[in-house]
Amino acid sequence: MKYHDIVIVGGGPAGMAAAVAAFDAGVTDVAILDREEKLGGILKQCIHNGFGLHKLGRELTGPEYADVYRAEVEKRGIAVYTNTMVTAVSPERVVTAQNRSGVLTLSAGAVVLAMGCRERSRGALNISGTRPAGVYSAGTAQKLMNCEGYRVGERVVILGSGDIGLIMARRLSLEGAKVEAVCEIMPYSGGLIRNIVQCLEDFGIPLYLSHTVAEIHGRRRVEGVTIAEVDDKRRVIEATKRYVPCDTLLLSCGLIPENELTRAAGIPMDPVTGGALVDEHRQTAVPGIFACGNVLQVHDLVDYVSDEAEIAGAGAAAFVRNKAENRAAVTTKAGNGVRYVLPQQVRADGGEDVSLFLRVVRPFGKVRYTVSDGERVLATANRLKAAPGEMEKITVSRDKWQNVTGPVTVSLEELA
Amino acid sequence: MKRNLICIICPRGCAMTVEGEGTDLTVTGNTCPKGKQYAIDECTHPMRTVTSTVRVTNRPDTMVSVKTAAPVPKDAIFEVMKRIRATTVKAPVKAGAVLVADVFGTDVIATKSVE
Repeated sequence: MKYHDIVIVGGGPAGMAAAVAAFDAGVTDVAILDREEKLGGILKQCIHNGFGLHKLGRELTGPEYADVYRAEVEKRGIAVYTNTMVTAVSPERVVTAQNRSGVLTLSAGAVVLAMGCRERSRGALNISGTRPAGVYSAGTAQKLMNCEGYRVGERVVILGSGDIGLIMARRLSLEGAKVEAVCEIMPYSGGLIRNIVQCLEDFGIPLYLSHTVAEIHGRRRVEGVTIAEVDDKRRVIEATKRYVPCDTLLLSCGLIPENELTRAAGIPMDPVTGGALVDEHRQTAVPGIFACGNVLQVHDLVDYVSDEAEIAGAGAAAFVRNKAENRAAVTTKAGNGVRYVLPQQVRADGGEDVSLFLRVVRPFGKVRYTVSDGERVLATANRLKAAPGEMEKITVSRDKWQNVTGPVTVSLEELA
Repeated sequence: MKRNLICIICPRGCAMTVEGEGTDLTVTGNTCPKGKQYAIDECTHPMRTVTSTVRVTNRPDTMVSVKTAAPVPKDAIFEVMKRIRATTVKAPVKAGAVLVADVFGTDVIATKSVE
């Protein structure tokens, strides 16, 4: 069995940044395994710009952002196994994979899980109607258009106002298709505001909030959809049903961390994030197995994926070099207005600043976040607004972590 | 004139208000100088970077992604798309290569390499 100090499962933005960070932390025997032909993951199909502003200080397209990291991986001589599909990760850090030369078994000093996420499908949404061609998840349509050059449709309805759906609304419009509507079942969009402006408003595409697709029509190809308003329990209001002719329906209804390997390894999961429970180094509850990127929590921005992957990569390197801490952990909890907090455990004892990442339960105006251990306030932060589609980060400085024993809760109050 | 707009420079998406006439504009609600510039530009001459794809004729099912090297006037987006759509390219293509020259003061360049 071949050995690598660190084996990284997935060569998208998370896997590449974790590999580079691990290498730079002094562990040079790093290998990345990816099922595709080329590193880069989903960035390869994200041809739009807006990547890298935070992380690299310039505005890049997805392929360019991937190239920056791919070049860093190559420069360091990091081992890359492409066309290699990982089929199992054991708690003892044995990674099993398949590629054209057969079954590959690698043992690892540490494993970084960076498998990303996948889209919620029609089957998971329970949309009634027929099953014609022309129903795509937004990301599938994006790959068909941007990588392979297919025209996916001429008259399009998009269900879900996630960022990929918004980006595709613009992309389809640019290619001459007519995007009839974007329907969002929630009373607010889950996408970034800037995407609503530059992808919908720029092209005069209507966004119907509290609306869903109630039925799909068509035998061989989509001929239309019935859209309808929903009530506060997300039930279709019959009287509002109306028929919209179209030949294509795109679904942008949420992303699901792709954690089959994680679960099969027996790694404890967080039911809210859909990812593993991790500590501040992004180490899961199984020692030596780390997770980062969209497999851990779905991010809005690739820049933040890279940041998180660097934490995991450095953590994995420290584990390999036996520098992992064994101190008691405190748990973090989501308080008022907060949906989840990550990491779910913190072992810091004053050695380093630790940032807590969170999402809120609904849109708010001006808010104040409070991080508290029940007795003391560890940090506060004011923000002009908060939205579920935008991840928040609050840093608790190193000195504040000293002597924290009880659970640390992050809550928010809306300011007038 | 009073106009409310959302900044698209970064994901923060600041809600800004522009007031004034002609070139005498006051911006409020921005949290950085880039936002102020965006608000003024958006009210005087809105600009956008256009991204799309160009077919690689000597490779099966292969597109090369492209972008305008600098933003172009917003109302020229579809004119730029027309120029991009009329273009094909033969591999190899290097990222950064100019595929359509001189488009509204900039070029359309490849954003990935195809070997």
